[in-house]
Amino acid sequence: MNPMLETTITVNGTRVTRRVEPRTHLVDFLREELGLTGSHTACEHGVCGACTVRVDGEIVRGCLTLAVQANGRAVDTIEGLSDSGEIRDLQAAFHERNALQCGFCTPGVLMTAQELLRTRPAATRDEIRDFMSGNLCRCTGYQSILDAIEAVLIARRQARPA
Amino acid sequence: MKASSFGYARPASLAEAFALLARHGEGAKLLAGGQSLIPSLNMRLAAPELLVDLGALGELEGIAPLGQGLRIGARTRHCEIERSALVAERAPLLAQAAPHIAHVAIRNRGTLGGSLALADPAAEWPACCVALGAQIVIASARGERRVAAEQFFKALYATELAADEILVAVEIPPPAPQARSVFLELARRRGDYAMVGLAAQANRTDGQLRDVRLVFLGVGAIPVLARHAMAAIEGKAADAAAIAAAQHELSKDLSPNGDLYTSAEAKLHLARVLTGRALAALAR
Ligand SMILES: Cc1cc2nc3c(=O)[nH]c(=O)nc-3n(C[C@H](O)[C@H](O)[C@H](O)COP(=O)(O)OP(=O)(O)OC[C@H]3O[C@@H](n4cnc5c(N)ncnc54)[C@H](O)[C@@H]3O)c2cc1C
Ligand code: FES
Ligand code: FES
Repeated sequence: MNPMLETTITVNGTRVTRRVEPRTHLVDFLREELGLTGSHTACEHGVCGACTVRVDGEIVRGCLTLAVQANGRAVDTIEGLSDSGEIRDLQAAFHERNALQCGFCTPGVLMTAQELLRTRPAATRDEIRDFMSGNLCRCTGYQSILDAIEAVLIARRQARPA
Repeated sequence: MKASSFGYARPASLAEAFALLARHGEGAKLLAGGQSLIPSLNMRLAAPELLVDLGALGELEGIAPLGQGLRIGARTRHCEIERSALVAERAPLLAQAAPHIAHVAIRNRGTLGGSLALADPAAEWPACCVALGAQIVIASARGERRVAAEQFFKALYATELAADEILVAVEIPPPAPQARSVFLELARRRGDYAMVGLAAQANRTDGQLRDVRLVFLGVGAIPVLARHAMAAIEGKAADAAAIAAAQHELSKDLSPNGDLYTSAEAKLHLARVLTGRALAALAR
């Protein structure tokens, strides 16, 4: 058995220190050690995006990042974005437009959408589609997801002083 | 699935990394962005004793001028290459190719060196490095050596790298004043590995294409330099007749294997389509 390694991560603003097995990936760490079950695991090989979280402000695949690799870093999860109000408008738009059905993909989709909204405020609908291509949804058929993101993109653009 | 148990080390220097590789031999595996290695661990296609994380080696990071060319550290992430103003100016082919690699969340972690060391036949960086005439810088306890990208890729997922070596950087020669580049790719869905892709580079002088480099991905075990097609267009204006001649010659350069989704004939056809588009764009 390989030694557990002491790992300190700032999760949603709170520093936590745990001893973890090197093979534990970040989503399992968040879900099983910290009880943050908003980030989901499905494919565990990078294809579906259900596990999307932020490390040092950038989205990553939580199933393709080891918890020990996040040592000393800041991790934000859907719980953090939700509690802080950072994506309140996005959540409302998803609700209004039925952009979720079972909701399994939704936390990952929201994490990715928020990265798009922050980094590409001028994105076209085709660019939104490209950006969201790494998040799979088995229920909605995607159109309502694109509608919701596009609506928030336009609303945030209009709200920003020119 | 979950990975089997392994140890984890994060050396603070290359010397320390070489010592770990020497001690653990075949049991050690280098970890860069993890975007190809961790999936294979999760699926138990690989079960190393020890991961040697390159993440703390500052000397493997960053994009810097090298004369009028560029040196890009092996640990530089796909997203950093995509955003770099220096890359856009001195090796625009890389900036054009970057958005085709996987998805944003994967580009935020995956690295140039990891992609080259893995040598997936449908990956973008290997073909770009061959097209640009890049040098791959390799280090080991025995010292440093340079290998031309054209010689670096040996066979399917096999490269020049020995088990005790680490890819440290890529050096890209300065672009000629008239240099132009185009990267084109056909994939079933944005972010998927290419069915067929083309990294194309040429100098355009007096309306003619010179020093043309056409390098295909997704059609062979390694990046394929289309020498016959290149010869057909060399020194010509890329008019319809010259483009058709180059497209015709491609059947001498490429003998693609069909895969689950695309037959060999379809791949050759798509390669011709991309060649036509790329030559027209280079000449424009
Ligand atoms: C869903 C998905 C889609 C993808 N789509 C694409 C795509 O379209 N195009 C594409 O090119 N890639 C794609 N990738 C792969 C991605 O680009 C990887 O980042 C890349 O192939 C490997 O880089 P890495 O830094 O993550 O390497 P790792 O996964 O850490 O390592 C890969 C291999 O290289 C070795 N290695 C790493 N660094 C070094 C080094 N410096 N010296 C020697 N050996 C080293 C490792 O030991 C390992 O064997 C995709 C990945 C996923 C999960
Ligand atoms: S669980 Fe991570 S991408 Fe599917
Ligand atoms: S809402 Fe069910 S997977 Fe997206």
